[in-house]
Amino acid sequence: MTGRNKWISLGVLALLIALLPLFFPSGYYYRVGALIFVNALSVVGLVILIGYAGQISLGHAGFAGIGAYACALAPEHLGLHPALAVLLGAVISGVMAALIGKPILRLKGYYLAVATLGFGILVSMVLTNERALTGGPDGMNVADLGLRSLLRDMGWRLSGGEFWYMICGVVLLVGAWLALNLFDSPSGRAMRALHGSEVAAATVGVDVPRQKLRAFVISAVYASVAGSLLALQNGYITPDVAGFMHSVEMVTMAVLGGVGSVLGATFGAAILTLLPQVLTVFAEYEQLVLGLVMVLVMIFLPQGLLPSIARRLKGRDE
Amino acid sequence: MDALLQFLFSGLTVGAVYALVALGFTIIYNASDVVNFAQGEFVMLGGMITVFAFEAGLPLPLAALLAILATSAIGVGLNKLAIEPARGAPVVSLIIITIGASIVIRGATQLIFDKQLHRFPSFSGDDPIHVLGATILPQSLWVIGGALAVFVGLWVFFTRTLTGKAVLATANNRVAAQLVGINTGWVMTLSFGLSAAIGAFAGVLVTPITLVGYDVGVALALKGFAAAMLGGMGNPKGALVGGLLLGCFEALTAGYLSSQYKEAVAFIVILGVLFVMPQGLFGRKSTERV
Repeated sequence: MTGRNKWISLGVLALLIALLPLFFPSGYYYRVGALIFVNALSVVGLVILIGYAGQISLGHAGFAGIGAYACALAPEHLGLHPALAVLLGAVISGVMAALIGKPILRLKGYYLAVATLGFGILVSMVLTNERALTGGPDGMNVADLGLRSLLRDMGWRLSGGEFWYMICGVVLLVGAWLALNLFDSPSGRAMRALHGSEVAAATVGVDVPRQKLRAFVISAVYASVAGSLLALQNGYITPDVAGFMHSVEMVTMAVLGGVGSVLGATFGAAILTLLPQVLTVFAEYEQLVLGLVMVLVMIFLPQGLLPSIARRLKGRDE
Repeated sequence: MDALLQFLFSGLTVGAVYALVALGFTIIYNASDVVNFAQGEFVMLGGMITVFAFEAGLPLPLAALLAILATSAIGVGLNKLAIEPARGAPVVSLIIITIGASIVIRGATQLIFDKQLHRFPSFSGDDPIHVLGATILPQSLWVIGGALAVFVGLWVFFTRTLTGKAVLATANNRVAAQLVGINTGWVMTLSFGLSAAIGAFAGVLVTPITLVGYDVGVALALKGFAAAMLGGMGNPKGALVGGLLLGCFEALTAGYLSSQYKEAVAFIVILGVLFVMPQGLFGRKSTERV
């Protein structure tokens, strides 16, 4: 990817975020949009881990859970401002990722999958079982960020949906910008090199364990911030955010859109977030359709939707 | 002492189910390098189909046989429709495909049958048997005996029959197996059918104890996967030992520490084993070829 491509990707993303509201028939769509951006943010993190560095994780919902519950717990118990709680959650997630990443990133393929899966399940188990602190499976309330009322006092009136659409859109843009910067940085190149072949990368002097760990920590922080934003905009959180199915959804979004590209990640997040909203009409068939989409896309568009479409447009066959 | 024995009995029962799921994982993994996350759904299908066939008036053994055959056919279908078309796809894609397939199976089951929990009567009554101060249900003996029988059966199949050796050859080297005239496509079909049948068999055995509903498969798939990893992926002996160990760990934790965190300990043990022995207990050490 050249520097020009980077700005095209960012430009497309910014235009989409800015112009989409023109077509929103009702306030409900701002909510859905904000949800898409939050999901896209954690998926951009996974693009770094899976797409750049070629590692896998079935436990990233665990980090989203840490971010979400940091926002729920820190303001109440530590008296921290919710915005600082987001930061605290990110720091905890980063440190956790560094601690567990060191031993488990030596593992490969399915072994790495089961280790990360184990981590995610442990987090969701703690969140579900520590009722006194987290409210157990019923979840708990999350304090308001307070920014919207501040804006209102300054004369800028926004609905909850509009406000979170903006916040999440901006955070997603920043996240995408950082991820695109990383792509061509020395670290990003090293990650992509070890993705190709660890032995070859090590031979030319890449510190393989260090770069893997870096990708893991960065992606954990993305997931954590996304979890925090989700908790703040809903004002409510349950342990499902850290559940196994959420981890699977995140990975599916990443692979669905095209795991190498930040724009593809957003696309994948949009589709998988919209699907259940569309399918609520046929609630009975929701699971069936979701599963079929996952299987069919992987079989017929193994590169993910966006790269496959792009290739079709260019008129080049593989 | 009585309590310990009691915990071990319940651990071995649950562990036998994990072992059967893990054996199913192992067979498919050996034949195709795919970890089939839909393995737990086979157990669920075995239980569910038996329940509904039994309630429709079939005698229990016939209902169970029908369930095992039907599930086996679904396993073969899974291979033909979802795994074979994606041959050579990266690990991430294969994980998503099999998880997607498990969601499809769950969704379809919930539409065709229902969302309730079901059971059918135990095979030999519900009077607990007293052993050294502890008790064990006759159905538990069926489960443990069933797991051991399947393990021995597989061992005989893989070491004494030509077809079994063909499967092993395919697992070792697909191309070489093709070169000596083994129909590797047939081996794949056989592996999926066999693995699904074993899963369904586990479901038939355990349903009188644990009940069955459309969503029991996810947890079983995760535990079975963990058990297979604990023993060393691709090793049948590892699957059996890993499953039984995992069941006992859980039961002992539930008994002595906390029933809420019994599953946590299972995953902590697995993380620990993977840290120290990245190939699992019985796994072969692999070296990367450049």
